[in-house]
Amino acid sequence: MIDNTKTSVSIRNLSLSFGSVQVLQEMNLDVKYGEFIVLLGPSGCGKSTLLNCIAGLLDVTGGQIYISGKNVTWEEPKDRGIGMVFQSYALYPQMTVRKNLSFGLRVAGLPREEIDKRVKRASEMLQIEPLLDRKPANLSGGQRQRVAIGRALVRDVDVFLFDEPLSNLDAKLRADLRVEIKRLHQRLENTMIYVTHDQIEAMTLADRIAIMRDGIIQQLDTPHEIYNRPVNLFVAGFIGSPAMNFIKGDLKSRTFVADGVTLPIDHYAFQPGNEALNANAILGVRPEHVLVGEAANAVPVNFESEIEIVEPMGSDTIAWARIGTQEFTFRADAELNLEPGQKIRLGFDPARASVFDAASGERI
Amino acid sequence: MTDASASERQESGTARYVRQLFTRNISAKIAATPMIVTVLVIFIGCTLWTIYYSFTNSRLLPTGTFVGLDQYTRLFGTSRWNVSVWNLIWYGVFSLSFTLVIGFLLAVLMDQKIRFESAFRTIMLYPFALSFIVTGLVWQWIMNPTLGLQGTMRNLGFDWFTFDWIARSDMVIYALLIAGLWQGTGFMMVLMLAGLRGVDEEIWKASRVDGIPTWRTYLFIVLPMMRGVLVTAVVLAGSGIVRLYDLVVALTRGGPGISSEVPAKYVYDYMFTAGNIGQGLAASTMMLLTVMIIIIPWAYLEFGGRGKKS
Amino acid sequence: MSNPATLSTNVALDAVKTDITLDGPHGPRPKPFFTPRRIILYSILFVACLYYLFPLYVMITTSFKTMPEIRFGNIFAPPIEFTGEAWSKAWSSACTGLTCQGLSPGFWNSIKILIPSVIISTAVAAVNGYGLVNWKFKGSEIFFAVLIFGSFIPYQVMLYPLVMLTREMGIFGTIPAVIMVHTIFGMPILTLLFRNYFASLPPELFKAARVDGAGFWRIFFEVMLPMSLPIVVVALILQVTGIWNDFLFGVVFAGTQNLPMTVQLNNIVNSAQGTPEYNVNMAATMLTGLVPLIVYFVSGRLFVRGVAAGAVKG
Repeated sequence: MIDNTKTSVSIRNLSLSFGSVQVLQEMNLDVKYGEFIVLLGPSGCGKSTLLNCIAGLLDVTGGQIYISGKNVTWEEPKDRGIGMVFQSYALYPQMTVRKNLSFGLRVAGLPREEIDKRVKRASEMLQIEPLLDRKPANLSGGQRQRVAIGRALVRDVDVFLFDEPLSNLDAKLRADLRVEIKRLHQRLENTMIYVTHDQIEAMTLADRIAIMRDGIIQQLDTPHEIYNRPVNLFVAGFIGSPAMNFIKGDLKSRTFVADGVTLPIDHYAFQPGNEALNANAILGVRPEHVLVGEAANAVPVNFESEIEIVEPMGSDTIAWARIGTQEFTFRADAELNLEPGQKIRLGFDPARASVFDAASGERI
Repeated sequence: MTDASASERQESGTARYVRQLFTRNISAKIAATPMIVTVLVIFIGCTLWTIYYSFTNSRLLPTGTFVGLDQYTRLFGTSRWNVSVWNLIWYGVFSLSFTLVIGFLLAVLMDQKIRFESAFRTIMLYPFALSFIVTGLVWQWIMNPTLGLQGTMRNLGFDWFTFDWIARSDMVIYALLIAGLWQGTGFMMVLMLAGLRGVDEEIWKASRVDGIPTWRTYLFIVLPMMRGVLVTAVVLAGSGIVRLYDLVVALTRGGPGISSEVPAKYVYDYMFTAGNIGQGLAASTMMLLTVMIIIIPWAYLEFGGRGKKS
Repeated sequence: MSNPATLSTNVALDAVKTDITLDGPHGPRPKPFFTPRRIILYSILFVACLYYLFPLYVMITTSFKTMPEIRFGNIFAPPIEFTGEAWSKAWSSACTGLTCQGLSPGFWNSIKILIPSVIISTAVAAVNGYGLVNWKFKGSEIFFAVLIFGSFIPYQVMLYPLVMLTREMGIFGTIPAVIMVHTIFGMPILTLLFRNYFASLPPELFKAARVDGAGFWRIFFEVMLPMSLPIVVVALILQVTGIWNDFLFGVVFAGTQNLPMTVQLNNIVNSAQGTPEYNVNMAATMLTGLVPLIVYFVSGRLFVRGVAAGAVKG
């Protein structure tokens, strides 16, 4: 059993249902002090719902929530020691930035000097001092989100909750603010729980990522592990762009046979106990792990294929070919000047691939 | 561990229930009291009271004894009530169809990217801001047979001109209609125009590219897409028609004779002037029944179906 | 360069080039203003406007005429002898069935009914709408549904029980009774209005305020209300015109001392004895219609928004 006093946020058997719809199912999650956790998943997977439960904005149907060792399952949001940043910024439109930042502190009845001090500190940290007397309507999207972060900052809390904070921003601003949030985390060293559907945000920000689907955490691990060793087909398919190639076939004594093509996968790191498994299986290969041309001959698995479609992306090229009759995508250097119809040698290292049980979808 | 936490959960579950019932969001519950009281006491309580006492022989005070359907038998044996009902039906049919058709036509005309749109709208809608009493009295004056429109036209030499509906028991209902349409069509126009403007611009682009005539687009494509607005319009116009009272009081006082009486006036007169409460309550219950016959199918279509889907 | 698509486009362009001349249609398409279609369109609208404007014209001209001029029988003619006598008589000395004080007592009664009714009904509905959106409790949606459903019940059905209720409360025949009735019957539509408005605001605002620790009233007064100015104005317009124009509740609940202007107007015109003075009648009618007309012309687009918003269900 995990000692609840040693974790920043602990979720115990949490479940939530709206009528007959189960949104969260018997969920358990432990977040360490100072950890940056990203909840990642497709829309409707329950990630925002979980965050709202942690914030106390939704009542749970079962289970418990601990924050800093205290059972807060029935506490009001204000008493949980959390700050929250929303996707739509949720700035009070009729209040100036200063009033927005200080609203919570005024509600709590803090003395004036203390309020001023905290507002000053937060606005310095986020470089929004010149904006303090403006109304939200006169701010840009990026500025608004800074203010929204500032509103969580002034509360001086242990846990920050982010609900898709960057989704309403354009690509460039999103990248800028991503770095800003990372910097903030490094400086404040408090716990952050961050909901997003953007895997780049998840990979770049997280200490650990929790991949969710249908109210269940599929995998909770470091970005590196999630990318390289996905526990099931869903995680494997969700992470990575372009998506991982899934090749259907049979696993028989450490060889993978797909449509008559035999792929020796001796180097594959099986899950303990699965080394001798024979089953219908799916072989997952990331397009960026495919070697092209001469280089393909250096790896254990290689084969000849014809290119069907080419998508130049500038820095590199995504191309579609086939392995047997099954589609196979790979990423190649743009300098290779691939053309449709061209025959080419492709290969990959099974050690970097993933093998899944076709029936259960679990990693073998 | 499992046992302990389970029993703890159960125990606090009860406590939580009690807490939620009384103290949680207490301000929200206090704030909701006016609405809850209105719903329970007025809309439900008073309605049930009326239905119950419509089965009694109450006269000056609601103290009578239970007499079954007597009041209703008497009601439908009273010629004034039967005239009222027929008047309401005729007025209702004409008023509903004319307001909808005229409202839609005006809205289509207004939708032709015309100049001075807001001036036209201002002129068409202003009667809606006026009370039925004002409306009724103005039209009473215009329809005055000797000094109003008819008299004027005859004085100007048009001897054949006749506009004496207000004084003729067979035509007085159309006099009501003219005044009612004057007051309400502008509002229908605004409602329909909002509906027209709510239709996706690309529908118009598509029909233009496909070469479909404008009138066909309005009639066969846009009109069916405005279903929501049309339903609202019918419900609003319908419930307004059932309540028709002020206009009659101001324009005709129910006359000539009883030829322009309406149910709402019957109810008022029996309750507050004739001192026959049981009769008034029975009449008002019939009004309620009429509205329910209109509203319940609509509510079922609108909300029953939606409830199933979600 | 060996791209076949580019190639074919070039060929096509070459083929077309030979037909291109500077004659024929160029620049903006001419748009004649007086097409037959436009003429018909404006004619119909113009005739419609005559129908809508005629009563207003008649009301105004008649009110400024003298009685002999009216008896001459030309409703179209503008007043020859322009006089405001009818107006002053309508205001201060026209006779209802009982007294001869004109409309002025009715005007002040209406004001006394109007101001508190508008404020109370709007305030109650605003709180209702806010509660329904942000502080749902078990059954709140059902109460709201019944409330909306109740707005279709004819007033006559609830009239007598309400008379008894106000009598029990000791306010029957006084202005508080009228205020109460207006608050009750204004509640469905106004609550709907506020509920839809508050539901259209981003729910995150409410969540953020809760995280900030604000409670029911604090969020209402400091976050929601300052944002709801447009809808408050719409509600005020709706209520000012609606309550001013009311006849039924005034005549039933106000009591003879407090009759609102509409009731007094009807009494002046319809229950006065002696020869009818049409100029006074029309002046009185004008006077009664003036308040909602001013509200209408001043508020303009907001009035349209108000009636449309009131009509469109959520």
